[in-house]
Amino acid sequence: MRTPFFFIIALVVGAAVFGVALWKGGDYTFYAGYVVLQFIVLATAWNILGGYCGYVNFGSAAFFAVGAYCSVALHKFDPTKPLELCLSVWIPFTEIGFRACSTLNVSFLSPIFPLPIPALIVFGGLISGIVGLGMGYLTLRLRGAFFAIATLALAVVLQTMVVNWDYVGGSRGAYIIRPSELTFAGIKLGYIQYLFLIMMLLSVIALTLARLIERSRLGYGFATIRDDELAAEACGVPTLRLKLIATTISGMLMGMAGAPFPYYIGYLEPGTAFGLSYGVNSIAMPMIGGTTSWVGPLVGALIVATLQQWVTVTISSEWGVLIVGLLLIFFVIIAPKGVVGLVQATRRRFKTGEH
Amino acid sequence: MAGQLLEIENVGKRFGGFAALDGINLTVAQGERVGLIGPNGSGKSTLVNCLCGTLTNETGTVQFDGYPMNGLAAHQRTHRGMARSFQLPRPFGSLTVAENLRIPLLYTVNARAHTGIKTHAHTHLNHAQLEARCAELLGLVGLANKANKLPRDLTQVEMRKIELARAMATDPKLLIADESMAGLSQSEVEDIVGLLIKLNERGITIILIEHIMRAVMSFSQRLVVLVSGKKIADGKPGDVVNNPQVIGAYLGE
Repeated sequence: MRTPFFFIIALVVGAAVFGVALWKGGDYTFYAGYVVLQFIVLATAWNILGGYCGYVNFGSAAFFAVGAYCSVALHKFDPTKPLELCLSVWIPFTEIGFRACSTLNVSFLSPIFPLPIPALIVFGGLISGIVGLGMGYLTLRLRGAFFAIATLALAVVLQTMVVNWDYVGGSRGAYIIRPSELTFAGIKLGYIQYLFLIMMLLSVIALTLARLIERSRLGYGFATIRDDELAAEACGVPTLRLKLIATTISGMLMGMAGAPFPYYIGYLEPGTAFGLSYGVNSIAMPMIGGTTSWVGPLVGALIVATLQQWVTVTISSEWGVLIVGLLLIFFVIIAPKGVVGLVQATRRRFKTGEH
Repeated sequence: MAGQLLEIENVGKRFGGFAALDGINLTVAQGERVGLIGPNGSGKSTLVNCLCGTLTNETGTVQFDGYPMNGLAAHQRTHRGMARSFQLPRPFGSLTVAENLRIPLLYTVNARAHTGIKTHAHTHLNHAQLEARCAELLGLVGLANKANKLPRDLTQVEMRKIELARAMATDPKLLIADESMAGLSQSEVEDIVGLLIKLNERGITIILIEHIMRAVMSFSQRLVVLVSGKKIADGKPGDVVNNPQVIGAYLGE
């Protein structure tokens, strides 16, 4: 199937799901559905680096939080006040230093502020893409467990920076007051429905992108990195460049998933944005679904995130983490290729059984 | 020296206090078949790795096809026309045999068309041409019926042939075959030697690193011997094997 065709079909499916949710569901459907969709984007993004290239990233929460805090920063930005730019230079362990400030009138920006969520997503994606590129540049000479530990360290460093950044609320957190509804061309739409719709569109984009990569020259290159980097180089594959492309795309999508989050949650603090569940879920979902194709993260996210939402309502949210852990252990031992691998194996068995 | 494809000058490489390569000088002419032998640990594989960019030599220079190779990454050297096969076959396990051959076509042959490396007269291969070239290469090594198999379903000798076919897919000027015959039976060894000679007749310069003397002797036009990171002999195979220094290195004084 050609990519544009796939994109349109995915859009139609997404629109149908939205329609059914509007028709049958209440607000809760949208609140829960948003989280499931958000994890589809996160799992797909993780899989581009983790599944296609074989580099396990434990720092998904960091990229997610970069996207989220980009939105907070832009939300807090008030263009009617002059922007104060300061330069401080201080020679460590002395009293010598200076601080120079100048103000910049940015009132010309006021017509476009506050920025709409799609613009925040673009910004969040841009910044976390740059963070991804930087992380790739610093860490991709590491392999296996060492790379994983480095990504974990990145999350800790970024969290410390955000905790100490007063402008976005620091450790106190930041409140985002969102309107309760929006009007588009005369049609009233509840804000949570709007967020759901945006996340649906983002999922469609992420899945289309993952599928496109998988079937392209780039996807073949990623697979050779996963299988054998030395042999890949000998075949002329520029492995370092490809890995940087993968970290950038992966980081960008994660940041895009995080950008609307402050508007969803209403109150964002570093502990939530850098939460353990993002890192763990982004790894567990592709592993459970299957890491070698774009279908895996989709299936994994649908199963695990839906289960988590259901358990949160019926039992408690703490159980959600336990369930992910148990599922992950089960799949790693029984079906290391995930649900997709399981289905493929069964189909093959049926085929060979017939002939 | 003009007409030389590969010029290695004073190449040295140390691992800590151990000198794996100690001032190697070697030139290989266009179209030559060179055998490289030496006892275990003599630095053969280190030399290959330094040539191909997997390791960086600390001293000396490598000139290939008129270009200095120092500082180039392994994939850039492959783009320049230097191909290698690995001592232990390293196929891409999750890709089929045909896909394994497609990688160098996509990333070397087609990349040359884009980066404008002038040493190869290439145009960009389209999908059909890729398929055709894959089939041609599989035919060359006699594995046309294994195209859609995964590497784990292949035998050892088939794996070695895929390793050579994949190196050939880069359309190289120089092929460095690192122990392509280790662990194979007599007839399989002859099979691979025949294949290598066939490739050489197509104009590809070949350096063969091998322990099986019968294969080396029947293949090589010239024999180079490394011992403890130094080149101790270089010449006609018949002369080299009768060189007392070489006999001493292999059998002990």
